[in-house]
Amino acid sequence: MDAFTLHTGIAVPLDIPNCDTDQIIPARFLRKPVDDPQYPRFFLADLRFDTDGSEKDFILNEAPFRNASVIVADRNWGCGSSRENAVTAMLKNNVAVVIAPSFGDIHYNNCVKRGLLPVRLSAEECAELRDYLKRNPGTQLTADLDDQVVSGAGNLSYRFEISSSDKQRLLTGLDDVDLTLRYQGDIEAFEKRRETEFDWLS
Amino acid sequence: MGKTLFEKIWDAHVVAQSDDGQALLYIDRMLIHDLHYRRFDALRESGRKVRRPDLLFATPDHSTPTDITRIDQIEDPEMRSTVAGLERNAREFGVTHFPLSDPRHGIVHVVGPEQGITLPGIVHVCGDSHTSTHGALGCISFGIGASEVEHVLVTQTLWQQKPRTMRLNVDGQLGPQVGGKDVIIALIRKISAAGGAGYAIEYAGSAMQAMSMEGRMTVCNMTIEAGARFGIVAPDEETFRYVKGRPYAPSGDKWNTALARWRELPSDPDARFDREVSLDVSRLGPMVTWGNSPEEAVQIDEPIPNPADIDDPDRRAGLSAALEYMDLKAGQMLADVSVDKVFVGACTNSRIEDLRAAAAVAKGRKAQVPTLIVPGSGLVKAQAEAEGLDRIFEEAGMLWRQPGCSMCVAMNGDMLSPGERSASTSNRNFRGRQGPQSRTHLLSPAMAAAASVTGRFADVRELTLANLDQS
Ligand code: SF4
Repeated sequence: MDAFTLHTGIAVPLDIPNCDTDQIIPARFLRKPVDDPQYPRFFLADLRFDTDGSEKDFILNEAPFRNASVIVADRNWGCGSSRENAVTAMLKNNVAVVIAPSFGDIHYNNCVKRGLLPVRLSAEECAELRDYLKRNPGTQLTADLDDQVVSGAGNLSYRFEISSSDKQRLLTGLDDVDLTLRYQGDIEAFEKRRETEFDWLS
Repeated sequence: MGKTLFEKIWDAHVVAQSDDGQALLYIDRMLIHDLHYRRFDALRESGRKVRRPDLLFATPDHSTPTDITRIDQIEDPEMRSTVAGLERNAREFGVTHFPLSDPRHGIVHVVGPEQGITLPGIVHVCGDSHTSTHGALGCISFGIGASEVEHVLVTQTLWQQKPRTMRLNVDGQLGPQVGGKDVIIALIRKISAAGGAGYAIEYAGSAMQAMSMEGRMTVCNMTIEAGARFGIVAPDEETFRYVKGRPYAPSGDKWNTALARWRELPSDPDARFDREVSLDVSRLGPMVTWGNSPEEAVQIDEPIPNPADIDDPDRRAGLSAALEYMDLKAGQMLADVSVDKVFVGACTNSRIEDLRAAAAVAKGRKAQVPTLIVPGSGLVKAQAEAEGLDRIFEEAGMLWRQPGCSMCVAMNGDMLSPGERSASTSNRNFRGRQGPQSRTHLLSPAMAAAASVTGRFADVRELTLANLDQS
């Protein structure tokens, strides 16, 4: 995965509370290979497209927002299914940052594992940002992971919190498996202990 | 200070601790379903090895049509290659696999407990959010993403931030025809669909203790619908009775050792939880969701809420949008709303007790709308047939199908047509979950059967029930 340090891009406001991962990518696309050329269209498919494939009246189909790479969402973004394809669908649309008051726990982890920055701001701050973006379509927001700051909407600038382990993971872009394999000795020692402590399980 | 049940299991599984507070947890067992067969392909490409194939169990569920019994009968090439891909990879990597042709196959969250794969005191994961189900047995069990599945395949461990703990005290005696499904929907309504985010939830209290294992699994299943990844219930005699004799559970001397360990698991009396919530369920009635989030639910005898009564403008707008999507009106009674299809199944409610509850309503009556009854596993199916439940359903004009996820998720052929309304025992009423523009109402198996035989949302307490023992 690519390292994430800083990203600047057009931001789109999505006023959808509890936007679950079934919305982000409907289940019927989950078996598609990642290199499917249609993959970008799976993202929010039922909100963006009619059954005949034509575009619906939806903000992501409007001029400046088509190229958005930052999403400013509402509470509980990415709740529901654990499908990591939801992150894949966002990445295929060049989305690099999602800002929301709260996230589904599994989806949040999936974002971090794949190098997409999830930013938690307060509900008021998110509402303020969405409002600004609606009044100033095409605004570019910058998410700076080092400083943990989102800026670019006029004078608005927000600091966000992220755990140091998630931050490191994103900043280095290191593969988790490689990282863990450095703990090989600990894993072996644990397995040895486990043979006696959990002897009933073997 | 004492420890909670969750902390005891957690602490016993920490392999290492990172400087920044994450724990490397050992994973005792992992279940794998068809949608993750490509994780093995990824390993083949990277040249990495599966560390402990003996701790992995696979079975197809999401992509198995419910009207076939063999892979070569699956018409859709994508579904077929997914189910076949899991079988091929499980064999190549030496993973225990219950293929479509094996009566032990079925929905991962039904198969795991049924086979004794999930056990008290262990840490268990699966690449599926409803893995919280297995916590009903008194284990740490949680859903993970595809990258994490791969991580477990290679290292048998996962990096995790220790969650905060919440205890939900469910007290009181449940009334007739009210069970686990009603309890969990009521709890989600109380704490909201995001109320459990960041927490591990322990379900406690007299109503939980009195509940069957099936009921506890239903409750834990929908923990993720409250935003929490982990749900857990303290193991007790009911748990031990359920686990004993299952194929992958300990036996002989090991059983006695296990039992002694398991009895030490419940939270200590002086254990502290970060949050405690209580719900008295003695007056709880059957619950039905009306909106597009599981928190949007009413008791069958309550009207659908009116957005005008809500102060928060965001919530008001959300409510109105859900009413519009669901084609319902503020203040309407669900008893006046007709349904197009009924589904009894999914990892929430496809165990034997669920099928019995539906059959007790269906017996001697006729389905008024197309009704799909889908057992959670081949073994549940066989048991239901041994009890004659299949005949009750078929005589009522309902469809008795092969095990699988079926109409819970619109990706295996069973689904709603655009605009159709279902009464469904599944766990998600999200927009489009059961097909584009589908309208899903979640309820218990008894309530689903009542909807089937009346053609609308009916209060099952007003129907007389058959005594199945005399069937
Ligand atoms: S039955 Fe539904 S919720 Fe359960 S595992 Fe299958 S698709 Fe997921």
